Amino acid sequence: MALMQISEPGQTPDPHQRRYAVGIDLGTTHSLVATVLHGLPETLPDEQGRHLLPSVVRYGAEHEPVVGYEALEAARHDPLNTIASVKRLMGRGPDDVRRLGQSLPYRFTAAATVVPRIVTAAGERSAIEVSAEILRVLRRRAEAALGAEIRDAVITVPAYFDDAQRQATKDAARLSGLNVLRLLNEPTAAAVAYGLDRRPEGVYVIYDLGGGTFDVSLLRLQRGVFEVLATAGDSALGGDDMDHVVAEWIMHEAGIAADADHGLLRGLLRDARHAKEALTRETTVSLDIVRPDGSRWQGTLDRDRLEQLIAPLIERTVAPCRRVLRDAGLKTGDIDGVVLVGGATRVPRVRERVAGIFSRDAFTDIDPDRVVAIGAAIQADILAGNRPDGDLLLLDVLPLSLGIEIMGGLSEKIIPRNTPIPVARAQEFTTYKDGQTALLIHVVQGERELISDCRSLARFELRGIPPMVAGAARIRVTFQVDADGLLSVSAREQSTGSESHVDVKPSYGLTDAEIEVMLRDSITHAHEDESARALREAQVDADRLREAVEAALRADGETLLSAGERASIDQAVNHLRDVARGGDRAAIRRAREALEAASRDFAQRRMDRSIREALTGHRLDEVARQLPDPRP
Amino acid sequence: MTGRNHFELLGLPAVFDLELTDLTARYRSLQQQLHPDRHAGGSDTDRRLALQLTASLNDAYQTLRDPVRRARYLLQLQGMTTDDDNDTRMQPEFLMEQMELRESLADLHRHDDPRTQLAELASRTERLMQEKIAAFRRAHARGRDGLDQARNAMREMQFVDKLRREIDEREEELA
Repeated sequence: MALMQISEPGQTPDPHQRRYAVGIDLGTTHSLVATVLHGLPETLPDEQGRHLLPSVVRYGAEHEPVVGYEALEAARHDPLNTIASVKRLMGRGPDDVRRLGQSLPYRFTAAATVVPRIVTAAGERSAIEVSAEILRVLRRRAEAALGAEIRDAVITVPAYFDDAQRQATKDAARLSGLNVLRLLNEPTAAAVAYGLDRRPEGVYVIYDLGGGTFDVSLLRLQRGVFEVLATAGDSALGGDDMDHVVAEWIMHEAGIAADADHGLLRGLLRDARHAKEALTRETTVSLDIVRPDGSRWQGTLDRDRLEQLIAPLIERTVAPCRRVLRDAGLKTGDIDGVVLVGGATRVPRVRERVAGIFSRDAFTDIDPDRVVAIGAAIQADILAGNRPDGDLLLLDVLPLSLGIEIMGGLSEKIIPRNTPIPVARAQEFTTYKDGQTALLIHVVQGERELISDCRSLARFELRGIPPMVAGAARIRVTFQVDADGLLSVSAREQSTGSESHVDVKPSYGLTDAEIEVMLRDSITHAHEDESARALREAQVDADRLREAVEAALRADGETLLSAGERASIDQAVNHLRDVARGGDRAAIRRAREALEAASRDFAQRRMDRSIREALTGHRLDEVARQLPDPRP
Repeated sequence: MTGRNHFELLGLPAVFDLELTDLTARYRSLQQQLHPDRHAGGSDTDRRLALQLTASLNDAYQTLRDPVRRARYLLQLQGMTTDDDNDTRMQPEFLMEQMELRESLADLHRHDDPRTQLAELASRTERLMQEKIAAFRRAHARGRDGLDQARNAMREMQFVDKLRREIDEREEELA
């Protein structure tokens, strides 16, 4: 791993120097990392020139986890320790796993843990940890290619991912040592890759049939602003399912029983995938299968039969396509283009069906496997501040309604789906018993009325409510969803103004404490010095804050601050610079907090000025409209 | 947090009649400045402010672009209570009409040509909405004296809006 460049005292790095940031497509079947080099986004290959990294991790008692092709090869003889398609388990609870269980060959711990754990030769592993291994490999690949330490990444997620799945992705990044600049929706990334942002305007469909997930999104572009108008999909439908139906067909034809051992099933799945891929070019492929008893079955699969087998799966993508159009209030004639994403869109029948649904051919110039990573790299480059002139802004919506449990096991919607994010909504609650000091709130995500049909996100206990008669307390709970689609909650008792304590217990996620433990474990495992690493991170964070404030001072220090105010910020900046050179982490944290506090009013003034500036171009309209209204 | 109401945040006078294109243009300009992605490299304070302001901005835009919600919000700004749980006095004629429209919607399946019937219901409901919007505008323009009437008009708008959404749902079912 390349060492971080530490500047000598007095030689602060040029704030305009290039900051490396990568875009990562963390996919169900494979993952990619891309970055912008010399102004062009490109996916980064491994030492053998392969860009795709199979999202497969193999654990062993004696060796470090193996990720990628090598693990994929081992899947055949070591299926229980080789974890594939782990994305399907991200943010999922024990019940989901039981439902998916039949299609997954792994053993899960019997213990009733919140986050399901897979039993491997190296111990129990959660989906988050498995994903972190994949991210770690991609991070190292980028570091080797760029010769620099990489911390910042844009990671893509299906637009349809709920809060728990997004949070799990972010946790995996944290475990792998990456700082998530933004969780970017895959369809948005694909649109960015195609440069649709440089078109004047239009409405685009992104049809993404990946290995394990299907998403269809409607994006509207207008004056450099992308808006996700609507999104729908199926988080358990993809090319893997095509492999499954083909494998089942082979088993039926070859007379192989459904309870054949895992190794054989994995092999059949691979044969099925090869057959499917070959049939995108050929019209027929021959198969040669070894039965459990050692005898062989030879046969052929032609494109017609394949299309017949996968037709029901392709048809399942039609209803979500219609739904996004309906949700956005649009007709097929309003569509300006269709983008195909995901390896499964290479299947000719899929292309035909998509062309049929939207009455037009899709864009296919960019490799559908790489298009998402490329878009993520472009966005990462913008967020890292390397394109000060870039005015691309990606606006997203909440993919699934957020609600709370009310009487009778029903869900009451607090924020409906397709609401633009970030968003904050407050809801008032009251007590139903005299002297009640605590209140339990259950947050769910989903469109259905029954709580049991929605996904449980978190249970909050509001404590410290002042004792009052029933119904007198007024507790205002604010639900906030950030630009990544992640929920946070705060609460306040209105009549007394006392802050209620909010205990967040994620239903299917890891707690911060659990992540800390995993981080420590992984660091010990990698024989890294934990305190050295923590210090390095504290120093990087300190430098970032200082650079951000210095840049703000250069831009607006003269106009927005008095000499006295300026002096106190300068002092806090200088103090942080001095302290960050030393080795005292606590002192660095205190100096950071001091600078945050000293520059708070300045930050507020800068925002206020941004608001005024944004509206200056519109002043004339306002004056015009204040003239008497000509309408009757 | 910043104490700006929805109109102030968008730099608009607090009136019912808004140009939607102008409203949208203002919303987009502000998004360009305030969105958290614009402050990804900023301090914690910058990012927190950006998040809060963008959430307020989204709320403001969603409220003001919709005439029903805009009407309700205007009344709230003028100190009117708009919680309709306990006080639902309505004109009997209005309620009769609503009941009749709802019955037609419920009996749709018995109709020979449900699509045409639904389209007729939809256009009647739309006309009704335009009437109620006009009634709100007239009452609200009278200032203090018109507030009670404006509130009644706003409640009727909410009723019609609900009906409109039910019609949309039936349209989806028929599609």
